[in-house]
Amino acid sequence: MPIVSRGFHGRKPDPGRKLPPGQYETFDFPVLSAGPTPRVSRDDWTFTVTTESGTRHQWDWGRLMALPAEHPTVDLHCVTKWSKFDTHWEGVSLDVLLEDVETEAEFALVHSYGGYTTNLPLEDLLDGKAWIAYRYDGEELAAEHGGPARLLVPHLYLWKSAKWVSGIQLMLEDEPGFWESAGYHEYGDPWREQRYQGD
Amino acid sequence: MDPTGGTAADGVQDAYQDGNVLAGPLSEIFAVDLTAAMSRCAHCDSTGAVATLRVYGRPPALVARCPSCGEVVLRIVRSPTNTWLDLRGTVTLNIPMDTR
Repeated sequence: MPIVSRGFHGRKPDPGRKLPPGQYETFDFPVLSAGPTPRVSRDDWTFTVTTESGTRHQWDWGRLMALPAEHPTVDLHCVTKWSKFDTHWEGVSLDVLLEDVETEAEFALVHSYGGYTTNLPLEDLLDGKAWIAYRYDGEELAAEHGGPARLLVPHLYLWKSAKWVSGIQLMLEDEPGFWESAGYHEYGDPWREQRYQGD
Repeated sequence: MDPTGGTAADGVQDAYQDGNVLAGPLSEIFAVDLTAAMSRCAHCDSTGAVATLRVYGRPPALVARCPSCGEVVLRIVRSPTNTWLDLRGTVTLNIPMDTR
């Protein structure tokens, strides 16, 4: 019988999984925020899409719940270098929300309760690539992870998946968001390791 | 100051650290210890030591917020090759100088 324990080394990374460059796999769900957690009740929550001409399209919680839900299972990649495989979400595709929105815009600036913003090309919100997510792992989305609802755009670094989402402004010209105006990359593709301006 | 941040009424932790955690990143840029400097908030005009700011996030990106109004006073992003320092939320920094 050995007298020295082999010790606990945690779960080993699955060799069949491919991580983007510079990332490591994590099994918990770290919480990172740029400020205090906004507390927004479902009764008070609204989501507003504003076009370049100023036309507003607004959903309250009831209208959002009435839309067809999807159940994406996606990998998350945070610029702080952790990645998490196979996360389970429920939400409404942006394809559904933007279906009847007439726009010539090519860019989107996402707004959150609490003042956070992030920018991305409009096309990155379409074609099944992005959701307004309100359940995680079968549970209501916790406030610390962006509840009542957050943007989920998993093919980009996680700072683009704005927590506590309140709306999307559609624009003809690109405009940097909170982190994009302070050194983060304007696009943020984890597979091209676009962490900072100039990457 | 509570180093792990305040606790909201609903029990959700809003983790922040005090401004002393800025000492390391700022010492890469400035020759003096800026955590002892007095910063004036561009949003509410209140003044306090940089060390008393509430700092959210973790490297490579930190956000320092005014303890009075909660708005952003300072942001710092450190890449392997560059540092971005955003001071648009700061009106002035009053920096004590070593006069010895």
